[in-house]
Amino acid sequence: MAALIEIVIDGERHQVVEGMPLAAALLRLGVTTFRTSVQGEPRAPVCGMGTCFECRVTVAGRAHQRSCLIPCSAGLIVETRHA
Amino acid sequence: MSNAHTVEFDVAVVGGGPAGIAAATRAAEHGRRVVIIDSGIAPGGQIWRHAQASAPPRIAQQWLTRLSETSAQWMLQATVVDGEVQRGLTVIGPEGTVRVRAPRMVIATGARELFIPFPGWTLPNVMGVGGAQAMLKGGMAVRGKRVVVAGSGPLLLPVAAAMARAGARIIGVAEQASTRRLGAFALSLWSHPSTLVAAARYRAAMPLNAYRTQTWVERAEGVGRVESVTLRTGNRRQTESCDLLCCSYGLVPGIDLARLLGCGIDGGRVIVDGVQATTVPGVFSAGETTGVAGEAPAIAEGEIAGLAAASSMTSVDPALRRRQQAGRLFADRLREAFRLHASLRTLAAPDTIVCRCEDVRLRDLDPSWTGRQAKLYTRAGMGPCQGAVCGPALEHLFTWSAGSVRPPLLAPSLGAWMADVTKTQPRG
Amino acid sequence: MTVSSRSPDVIVVGAGVIGAACAAALSLNGLRVMLLDADFAGGGSTGVAMGHIVVLDDSDAQLALTARSRTLWTELAPGLPRDCEDERRGTLWIAATDAELAAARDRGRVLAMHGVETAILNERELARQEPHLRAGLAGALFVPDDRVLYPPAATRHLVRLAQARGATLREGCAVEAIVAGGVTVRERGGASSTIASAVVVNAAGVDAPILTPGLPIVPRKGHLIITDRYPGLCSSQLVELGYLASAHGAGGASTAFNVQPRATGQMLIGSSRELVGRDRGINEPVLRAMVRRAVDFLPDLANCSILRTWTGFRPATPDNLPLIGRWDPIDGLWIAAGHEGLGITTALATAEIITAGILSQASPISPLPFSPMRTMHPGAAELN
Repeated sequence: MAALIEIVIDGERHQVVEGMPLAAALLRLGVTTFRTSVQGEPRAPVCGMGTCFECRVTVAGRAHQRSCLIPCSAGLIVETRHA
Repeated sequence: MSNAHTVEFDVAVVGGGPAGIAAATRAAEHGRRVVIIDSGIAPGGQIWRHAQASAPPRIAQQWLTRLSETSAQWMLQATVVDGEVQRGLTVIGPEGTVRVRAPRMVIATGARELFIPFPGWTLPNVMGVGGAQAMLKGGMAVRGKRVVVAGSGPLLLPVAAAMARAGARIIGVAEQASTRRLGAFALSLWSHPSTLVAAARYRAAMPLNAYRTQTWVERAEGVGRVESVTLRTGNRRQTESCDLLCCSYGLVPGIDLARLLGCGIDGGRVIVDGVQATTVPGVFSAGETTGVAGEAPAIAEGEIAGLAAASSMTSVDPALRRRQQAGRLFADRLREAFRLHASLRTLAAPDTIVCRCEDVRLRDLDPSWTGRQAKLYTRAGMGPCQGAVCGPALEHLFTWSAGSVRPPLLAPSLGAWMADVTKTQPRG
Repeated sequence: MTVSSRSPDVIVVGAGVIGAACAAALSLNGLRVMLLDADFAGGGSTGVAMGHIVVLDDSDAQLALTARSRTLWTELAPGLPRDCEDERRGTLWIAATDAELAAARDRGRVLAMHGVETAILNERELARQEPHLRAGLAGALFVPDDRVLYPPAATRHLVRLAQARGATLREGCAVEAIVAGGVTVRERGGASSTIASAVVVNAAGVDAPILTPGLPIVPRKGHLIITDRYPGLCSSQLVELGYLASAHGAGGASTAFNVQPRATGQMLIGSSRELVGRDRGINEPVLRAMVRRAVDFLPDLANCSILRTWTGFRPATPDNLPLIGRWDPIDGLWIAAGHEGLGITTALATAEIITAGILSQASPISPLPFSPMRTMHPGAAELN
């Protein structure tokens, strides 16, 4: 049974399963807008495997990180809706 | 950021799905030092992905166990962003950048989903069928959610069944192929009894009448996320409220690395000979890269490629060859059965987004242009995904073929890609 | 394919930024123009170019041409459609050392004498204007009226301007030869045919010498890298002053720091120069040298996601001045080619010179230094 750890999403603390893909964690928490497109549309994961780039979020201050490829780890700081 | 260092192996396998695992296993059992590189969090690629709480499919478990008994090493969460046969592969992982050099390589980079744009396809909670499955296995919750699974291909049923088992309300499964085509395919499945049994099990997991043929999604609607889906069968339309739409139209080979390495390509597939050797000496390829055909031929071809990469094998064990050919035959029938209906070409409305990375809409694209012209004029295909999503759609809509592949692949940071030149600077 | 029933007054060969600009200027002056391109408008060197509109003063002639052309782009700016992404970004010529800063001051004075506004920034002012540049730089020469735009879109706009005045564009129409009184062409999958015209302008860039043997134009290859979107990483186009000092790396190639912020928020990273014929491949050592330079000046680039690299060919001449003017050996033939890295910048002034020449009118700047015939006479090249 995998451990629960705490991550921060848009300033709020959440408990998630350690090692689960960040994108799945965000979806599980009801996030629908991961990023906004060039023309301002809300976007969320599509391919689940790192090729569509729609699941990009800012992690630890670094923009454009594909959340479907990032395993949740304790202390992860995530911001959504950034380009 | 770190400086790059080089590691040497006898065989480098790129892709940790069925083909890659089989190749790495065979090569390692033959006594070679093998590394198997995959961008995923855990081994298995896409088709052998499993939820953390559950076990992988039995055949995956068997192969993973067999691989673990060899000396083959895994590089997980590792992406190949650049490479050249002599110089090696530039691999970016959680610890930094590594140059992997190996005189033999096996490219087993699998397939990607084929997306056809339709009104509303860019709404959140509209995913590919495989993408939704990946997210489900990753822990996405679907209990009580109204789910539509649509598009085309043998993945629709298993994914719908998995969703149903996880508590989703399957509103519909919409397969664009006709009953006639599928009927012929089902008949051919007599030679693949296990698939028949699996199909029956999937159907049993869902409400009767949920599976509809010659049906596709005409539009998805909602504010900020999908809220309803309109399905069309002939001239009948039916709109259902929907929380999650899983929609994609089959698979296309993932060949960017093979192209970067200079491998000959034909019709979007890597050209290989009888022992899975590509046109580039020392580089082999197996599985979906050589033509989408599913798990069984991928394993057989992976074994062939692994053996060929490990030795100077020129002839293939007949049993292995039989499995490969049977698999390829099945794939041909699959392709016929699930061939895409011409109407799908007209799903997109003028304001439908075609290139998601750059928000290029159908009306922005002039059919009289060449593919390269469209790229330069609108930036379609020039965004982060570099055409992975819109490329097949553009080919489908305008017959524009994929342009050139340039490094780096998959948008690494400059510092990670060029770790040996971007040493840390004192910040002021 | 048949010969056109009404011959154009001028055939312009090559619908890159130079040819498109010439077509627009000629059309605006009442001439019937046919613009031909083997592929599509803006699909050659123009399409892979940076799109920097910059006043450069390696020579008086270059300064006159770039300054005049920048003025013309500035006048055109309000009418440019959004997809041209035209912005008055300014250029910052970065001085790493005090010696370079002193040279920058001299340069500023020269530019000022030609009516080009400049400012000198010291170390502190530079850091305030561009906070992401590394510390310890002596300062910079700021040229605020330089611009950045997206070349394929600007080229299409110039073509539309020409078409609005009656010009015709034929894409997929390869010119096989420039003959007396016209050109022979072959269209995609078709047979050869002849198009007659009294005046032909060879604006074929790196391919110009194929059509006019003897033109001293060679392809000088460059690399570019584009990042994902990071708006605000820099606000002006950043170029190092110490270009000469950093030149001549491996194998005769040279690299220099040159980073451009695009309207999309993406960064374009350059630049490199090498003479390797028509080899389009990425040259790893050259690319690395270019990146090393870029990250040295702008360390945050190391954290930027890289979407793509590409190469392109600058049409280069021996004296680094373009060939603009009449080509005497063939009646009615004019050359507008060889602009090296200043094609976008000088397109409009080039078109102005060509138009004035064809109409036998005076042009605002002297065309003499750009005469293609200068290259035919040994020792004729000291023209400034």
